[in-house]
Amino acid sequence: MEKTLAKDIGFWVMLGIGLAVMFIGPMVWGLFEIMQITQYVVLSVYALSLAYIWGFGGILSFGQAAFFGLGAYTFAVASINIGETTVPFALSFLLPAAFGAALGYFMFYGRLSDVYLGVVTMVVTLIFWKLINHTAGPEYSIGAARLGGFNGIPSIPILNVPGDAKAWLDPAQMFQAFMGILIIVYLCLRLIIASDFGRVSVGIRENETRASLLGYDIRRHKVIIFAIGSGIAGMSGAMWATYQTFIDPNAFSMEMSAKALVWVMAGGVGTLAGPILAVILLQWLSLKLGTMHILNNYFILGAILMGLVLLLPRGLLPSLRLLAERLWHLGRQKMDASAASRKATSDV
Amino acid sequence: MDYVLIIVIEMLRAISWLVLLASGLAIIFGMMRVINFAHGEFLMLGGYITIMSHNAGVNLWIAMLVLAPLCVGIFGILVERFIIRFLYGRILDSLLATWGLSLLMVGGVTLVFGNTVQGVSTPLGGVSIGAYQVPFYNFVLIGFAAVLMLAIWSVLKFTKAGLIARATMQNPDMAETLGIRTSWVYMATFGIGSAVTGLAGGLLAPLTGVVPSMGVNFVGQSFITVITGGASMIAGTLSASTLLGTISQGMTFLTGPVYGDAALLLTALVLLRVLPQGITGRIFKKSL
Repeated sequence: MEKTLAKDIGFWVMLGIGLAVMFIGPMVWGLFEIMQITQYVVLSVYALSLAYIWGFGGILSFGQAAFFGLGAYTFAVASINIGETTVPFALSFLLPAAFGAALGYFMFYGRLSDVYLGVVTMVVTLIFWKLINHTAGPEYSIGAARLGGFNGIPSIPILNVPGDAKAWLDPAQMFQAFMGILIIVYLCLRLIIASDFGRVSVGIRENETRASLLGYDIRRHKVIIFAIGSGIAGMSGAMWATYQTFIDPNAFSMEMSAKALVWVMAGGVGTLAGPILAVILLQWLSLKLGTMHILNNYFILGAILMGLVLLLPRGLLPSLRLLAERLWHLGRQKMDASAASRKATSDV
Repeated sequence: MDYVLIIVIEMLRAISWLVLLASGLAIIFGMMRVINFAHGEFLMLGGYITIMSHNAGVNLWIAMLVLAPLCVGIFGILVERFIIRFLYGRILDSLLATWGLSLLMVGGVTLVFGNTVQGVSTPLGGVSIGAYQVPFYNFVLIGFAAVLMLAIWSVLKFTKAGLIARATMQNPDMAETLGIRTSWVYMATFGIGSAVTGLAGGLLAPLTGVVPSMGVNFVGQSFITVITGGASMIAGTLSASTLLGTISQGMTFLTGPVYGDAALLLTALVLLRVLPQGITGRIFKKSL
């Protein structure tokens, strides 16, 4: 079972595809495609945040949108106040991570059960959503940035080159920068998962009692995992905000949390590549379905979520892998059987 | 003096509000340790049934007290048979599935009825206490909360069905061995919990009006109440409602309704840090 990162073919394939898309993409695609694919990239980072904490830490968060929104609003407020985007971008990782650690402290040091965890994370998101919706008045402003309530914050600065506040990125450069971030996040998560820390967290996911009897502090582990996931979600929120140059309370919505869950479930819990695949597939699908105007988003999302839980609980990628393995074994068995029967006949 | 009375009534109303919102959820949670994430949409369904049948000419009280619980109860049984049944023992999956159901219901109701607020006027007018005017409907809410708690308690305590339910709650395997069909008990529990939720939805419909996304406004309070209360249906709901209702109402008096929910959550988080199983996980452990 010993499988180091360097020997994992899937990892190199993903890295290769990522780099290829990052460098060749802007040469091949037009502006519209680039904008479209940038959206997939941002949402992939968001999906990875949940894929990590759920798949490799066993923490099922129903409120990933809380951190996504927090990161987005942090970036918006900070960049409007500061006038450049490098420090705000860092803040959009740090602040949600800190908030995640604080929330995680209450949840994991209290040893809350899974159900309670789900409820608490969901309610936190709900309350963020409610609070931010109520900040429409001019009295709710942080520095130069008005929170704007349900109207959202318009004219968020576009990402600039670090150190030069006037050098804004054009869409192709933004795409490359985001693709770079996605690759770095993927790389870092793979490194974390392959490290001792990551192995222990998988051990905790598999059997908490055993891990704690072996002397690992599962509470501290979980808080750290949760904080990392929160930070990444926050960063994706900042990417979303600067990509749209606009953010509204829907960043905190149930829909946003549900999407992350659906992507990770569809892609397969316990994989990183799967959720990215699911983002591309499902976002593309919802774009196609959305133009039909027959069914609304909530309906589709709910149906997919229920369908996945009931029919495909393993997710797309692991199911495909399982299917391939089964077919392979079936083929092998058939061949063995036919070989055996041939042998048998020849013996007779 | 009048002012004090008013405050007491307001507190009681806030507490009964939480009791009504949460008891359907608490029944399901107490029995199966599963939180129905579609709870808000069950409330919404109860509200819609009340308002729609009232608009169709049915007496408001019949719509509220008979039709809403009945329809939502039947809907709950269907949900249990077609979805939840397959997910027993997979708690997280049942959370995910009910959440999917919740989104599906919001979408479905929006498709059917459109995204508009509909309502009826609050019945029964007001009562004056000294210089103040209190809606009489508040007393109806308080009364119903009390009756509901009493009803659940007496059913659990004094009837055969209650005995079976308590046995299943305590030890499902043993109950099964003794010849109880636990899967039917679960189905009935889910149905009754849904019916109670439908009743609550019917009762709150005249106050808030109905809109497909209204569930979101209530699930926060309901979930916090149930998890703070813990697994005992009555003691948990009552103790948590009293504590949280007082706090949220106090917060509302001080700062307005926006921070009431946030205060609730903060209290619940601190409380759960100390009592991870909820209030009844440590205190009132043996109560119903």
